[in-house]
Amino acid sequence: MDALDVARWQFGVTTVYHFLFVPLTIGLSVLVAILQTMWHRTGNERYLKLTKFYGKLFLINFAMGVVTGIVQEFQFGMNWSDYSRFVGDVFGAPLAIEALVAFFLESTFIGLWIFGWDRLPKRAHLASIWAAAIGTNLSAYFILAANSFMQNPVGYRINPDSGRAELTDFPAVLTNKVALITFPHTLAGSFLVAGSLIVAVGLWHVIRNRDSADAGAYRFATKFGSWVVLVASAAVLFTGDIQGKIMTDVQPMKMAAAEGLYTTESPASFSVLTIGSLDGSREVFAIKIPYLLSYLGTGDPNGTVHGINDLQAQYATQYGAGSYTPIIPVTYWSFRFMIAFGMAAGAIALLVLWSQRKGRTPSSKWLLRAGLAMPVLPLLANSFGWIFTEMGRQPWIVFGEMLTRNGVSRSVSLAEVLTSFTAFTLIYATLAVIEVKLLLRYAKAGVPDVSEQPPTDDTDDAERPLAFAY
Amino acid sequence: MELTTIWFLLVAVLFTGYFILEGFDFGVGMLLPVLGRDDRERRVLINTIGPVWDGNEVWLITAGGAMFAAFPEWYATLFSGFYLPLLLILLALIARGVAFEYRHKRPEASWKRRWDAAIVVGSLLPAILWGVAFANILRGVPLDADHEYVGGLLNLLNPYALLGGATTLALFLTHGAVFLALKTTGDIRERAGALAVRLGVGAAVLAVGFLTWTLSIRSSAAAVVLAVGAALALLGALAAARVRREGWAFTGTAVAIGLAVATLFAALFPNVLPSTLDAAGTLTATNAASTPYTLKIMTWVAVIFTPVVLAYQGWTYWVFRKRIGVANIPQH
Repeated sequence: MDALDVARWQFGVTTVYHFLFVPLTIGLSVLVAILQTMWHRTGNERYLKLTKFYGKLFLINFAMGVVTGIVQEFQFGMNWSDYSRFVGDVFGAPLAIEALVAFFLESTFIGLWIFGWDRLPKRAHLASIWAAAIGTNLSAYFILAANSFMQNPVGYRINPDSGRAELTDFPAVLTNKVALITFPHTLAGSFLVAGSLIVAVGLWHVIRNRDSADAGAYRFATKFGSWVVLVASAAVLFTGDIQGKIMTDVQPMKMAAAEGLYTTESPASFSVLTIGSLDGSREVFAIKIPYLLSYLGTGDPNGTVHGINDLQAQYATQYGAGSYTPIIPVTYWSFRFMIAFGMAAGAIALLVLWSQRKGRTPSSKWLLRAGLAMPVLPLLANSFGWIFTEMGRQPWIVFGEMLTRNGVSRSVSLAEVLTSFTAFTLIYATLAVIEVKLLLRYAKAGVPDVSEQPPTDDTDDAERPLAFAY
Repeated sequence: MELTTIWFLLVAVLFTGYFILEGFDFGVGMLLPVLGRDDRERRVLINTIGPVWDGNEVWLITAGGAMFAAFPEWYATLFSGFYLPLLLILLALIARGVAFEYRHKRPEASWKRRWDAAIVVGSLLPAILWGVAFANILRGVPLDADHEYVGGLLNLLNPYALLGGATTLALFLTHGAVFLALKTTGDIRERAGALAVRLGVGAAVLAVGFLTWTLSIRSSAAAVVLAVGAALALLGALAAARVRREGWAFTGTAVAIGLAVATLFAALFPNVLPSTLDAAGTLTATNAASTPYTLKIMTWVAVIFTPVVLAYQGWTYWVFRKRIGVANIPQH
């Protein structure tokens, strides 16, 4: 074990952890804004209750996303300083713009929304949640543009004197084809998580609190969330399909690693699962769907998909001796888990909708269990998606330009990075337990009572309680 | 003006804004057990910064991002070199950020006590460590010819840097007390006002000592003027706090912190991280900078968006301008 390994583990753990909160923030900010808009349009209190109810869950999650995000920005400089030196000219710009254009918008307007219920005109208050939601979604774009440069570097040149990447075409970085497709794919994955959370919580109340005065609100939430999940599932599939073809084009090794395809094949089949040795020497059992990998990678059922061995040989010639193959079991299984967990959420959403057809009230214990599992499934899908895309890029930190092992900080000792890794893991684990307990507590508590209006006379204004206070 | 100079100024402005804004919310966090005698009072304190602390912290994220984009060498060397202090700052910011949001989520006293501790420690550590870090930037650190930090942790804990930490601590405490006197009513306002004066005397002594020492290490005409301005602003703030002119007192501490940070940057320029070893290791606004093309794009983005950000963030402070007291704290 050396500092490089620990730095990599830290990046993996902190990033996967951060991205447990990000999808909910991205998706729920918009869905809560939609619920509040419905309240404005209809005046129906049901939507106000749901806005406040899911708004609370959103904020419990939001806080975690904010604080774990700062770590991400600092981590590049702390653990990956040679990487930062190499790409700073290109990679820093989207990060700085993200902070200036998106984070300020998000953080400032979320504060206005939380505390502004009685301080802002109704319309300005509604605009606040939309501004925060737009900020959140915009931030995703800039960070994905930065990440896409690592997958498919564009709009730069290598300065022959300094050996560093220099920006030559900023619009090209922002319109990197990998970024353009990763953005909608990530958003769709995020709405999958957010919709699933809305369904899970709603369904729990629909089944457990069937006589509640708010049963109608929960029924609506459950259906609303289910439709979001279904639309998001379709979007995930559609964007994922395009993404697979772009990936095959710009990072063929990643596609080969997704399948564990050692020799070039045309047509290539996709294995649903494989038991045996994944080093390609022996296959004990596999379920294969013919033509599918060719279709996923090229759009043509008979298309050629390059194998790991050929690509390895080609890269060795191009970049010099060494291994250019990711860890195949990791890429193989994370790719499958991503697809399976993501699609499972969509399937459960269909069941939930079916169970409520024509005004029926579901009561199945099994449906409830499946519903409660729903938010976890797309969260896992998101995590495995990131693990796949980052591990599939290895050994590169910037594909074709810099190896991960060359990006690590030289001045940071193993002891330092171990301290850091341990500290983050411990604090993150503790906070995860606290956060989940709080989410469950507030999810069970149900929609709030919104009937009590603040007194309208202005005489004791100074004494009036705040509409919301920490 | 050179693009690199513009970006040196912008990074300086972002850190200055960060310390002015998060300075008072660090102060409020540290004063939680001092000025908040019971849970209701503590909630008053927390709610004075509730709507704004998150936006304040984005100044740091933007400063970090701007440093990364405009001066990658500076960002890389500084963040890997000041590893453990930055780690502690990150852990502290995590703990306090979550604490603000979660503290009121359960009624148990033990639950609140733990989050209070997170807020206090989470505000105290960065209040000291930012001073230590910036003093070390100004003093210079051992960098080899590749601009790699070659000192250890103890290298960062020199007397000058520790004085820097004590100074930011005292300044932020004063700034927080002054802010609370401005934003609360009744008993808390009285106690905060009285405490601000006492804290302010200590802060003034430390700040004058620290800035004098700073100017003896490296200096420029601008730095001297700014340092004198910082001292005068702090004395003005003290005088205003004594007669309970809370708005003026807050303006005074804000200007004092701003000018003190500006002094450091003015004394530092054109260096961004001097080396105490090989002069070739010194990072300057020129040799640490990105290419002119990157800087030009970033300048356009900054010119367009900074006024917008300032406008809506300023508006937030206007929306939440009212003082609050224990009567305004709802039951839940």
